[in-house]
Amino acid sequence: MSNKTDRFKGNILFLDRDDINTDEIIPAKYLTENSKAALKPYLLEDLKLEGFDPATSLENRQVVVTRNNFGCGSSREHAPWALEINEIYLVIAEGFSRIYRQNMYNCGMMAVELPKEDIDSLFETFKGKECSVVTDLEAQSFTFTSGDTTLTIPFKLSEFDKTLVEAGGWVEFADANY
Amino acid sequence: MGKTVAEKIFDAHLIDRQGADISILSLDRVFCHEITTPIAINDLVARGKDRVFDPDKIKAVIDHVTPAKDSKTAEQGKIMRDWAKRHNIKDFFDIGANGVCHALFPEKGFVRPGFTVIMGDSHTCTHGAFCAFAAGVGTTDLEVGILKGVCSFKTPETLKIEFTGTLQEGVFAKDVILAIIGKIGVNGATNKVIEFTGPVIDRFSMEERMTLSNMAIEAGGTTGICYPDMTTVEYLWDFIKDDYESKEAALADYSKWIADEDAVYADEITFDVTTLAPVATFGYKPDQVRAIADFEETAVDQVYIGSCTNGRIEDLREAAKILEGHTIAPGIRGVLSPATPDIFKQALKEGLIDIFMDAGFCVTNPTCGACLGMSNGVLANDEICASTTNRNFNGRMGKGGMVHLMSPASAAATAIKGTLAHSPAYKGGSNE
Repeated sequence: MSNKTDRFKGNILFLDRDDINTDEIIPAKYLTENSKAALKPYLLEDLKLEGFDPATSLENRQVVVTRNNFGCGSSREHAPWALEINEIYLVIAEGFSRIYRQNMYNCGMMAVELPKEDIDSLFETFKGKECSVVTDLEAQSFTFTSGDTTLTIPFKLSEFDKTLVEAGGWVEFADANY
Repeated sequence: MGKTVAEKIFDAHLIDRQGADISILSLDRVFCHEITTPIAINDLVARGKDRVFDPDKIKAVIDHVTPAKDSKTAEQGKIMRDWAKRHNIKDFFDIGANGVCHALFPEKGFVRPGFTVIMGDSHTCTHGAFCAFAAGVGTTDLEVGILKGVCSFKTPETLKIEFTGTLQEGVFAKDVILAIIGKIGVNGATNKVIEFTGPVIDRFSMEERMTLSNMAIEAGGTTGICYPDMTTVEYLWDFIKDDYESKEAALADYSKWIADEDAVYADEITFDVTTLAPVATFGYKPDQVRAIADFEETAVDQVYIGSCTNGRIEDLREAAKILEGHTIAPGIRGVLSPATPDIFKQALKEGLIDIFMDAGFCVTNPTCGACLGMSNGVLANDEICASTTNRNFNGRMGKGGMVHLMSPASAAATAIKGTLAHSPAYKGGSNE
């Protein structure tokens, strides 16, 4: 397995809210930047969420677990880029906005939907604790670990999603095929 | 089994499938602006693929920050300008000819019923008003669109919303769309196409339909489609008169895109607008909607009229009707940005600009500017703005600011009063 597909793991940032929008993930005023690197300090700068502080909460986090409709609003790919440049390549949620979800896979990153019950159980079991996850892309399952507690949850990627993740994104694939 | 509009358009544009659920569609239009396109251009250059699939199907504009406000936005404009020149993109709109993309491109006749359209802008759904499958996409999809003229879409389900009844005086298309978003929620149409139908839509002008379709994305909708009718044909006639013998012939052709009677929908909603009051948003989500009368004590600092939602000539007329002979309340800042140069010129001709300026409004050039907190009317911390735009997200018009979305008439009434207000023409109750 290549490095590209081996990066969907790490410590979890739990964001316990529906409808976290693109302007919260990266405010529009930073869209005048022409490089991904410039977005690094501003990830989730305007997030409205009790207990979340962009200055400290993001420290050593590589995976986001959140509720429903993550990434709603603008089409800006700067939202996944702001995660990518902070080395967060995987977001697990009950649901995503269409454009945000496609942007993630187009960049070779993963936006994985889990059923509400699974998301509820992740928050109940692990919220407020240190928790990490590893992804088995072939078996399509996540294993969450916190102390002695381990939870394995299967997920489902469509054929196309998997193709994009393995190809490292949509541009090369489309140029080769169409 | 009958087909929805989206299913018909997908069938006509399908070039490949990926797995069971992904359609690769050919594109009739790829629209570009200077916020999301330069990174796509730079990436194409870096990959040694600096090509365009068809310069005549690509339309480009500098609209989000124009004139440039600093070196970074100047650079974004320059990348667009150089690229348009390099690839002979004739329909490129720069300073003097530029306006807000989703107001400008319809005005130029670029969209037709049955078209597939993408743009690196979520409000691309606006063009669904012409019965097009028009969807916002990210920079990578845009990049592939520019290079190959294709885009991938999950085969969408469709939500049909039928609007019945009659709007009262002082209640507008903006109130209708805010009310429906309030009803179905910001996630209510995610991964779905919305078909807006019924007698209320039939009576709407193209401008009102664009206001409606523009905000489909605020419910998560991929696009918001209105059926083509004689109103559509009349709007497009100058651009299509060489293609059809008569308006009736154009309508007959366009009607093939209308959903079949026995089309299958994910959901169908009927919404009677008869008792709808003028509404505005509260909070930080576009589905937080309530009657303005319920919180009219809310004081504002700024009133903004403009944007791809409500910066068109009919919007300026409705606002000017209310402002005429009045001045805005002391301490309130009024900002008007007509959405395109043609709208600006028409407003000058009709004396609307005089009315706005006599009332105390600042009139800016066409630009997206303040709507996304970029320029020309950014809010300070704790400031409140009554706005005819489309998003009230936290920080949207400036860090720490609060935005109340509403119609142009309500925004104008708010400017005069200094606290949230609706058109004096609205009398309340039912008009039945």
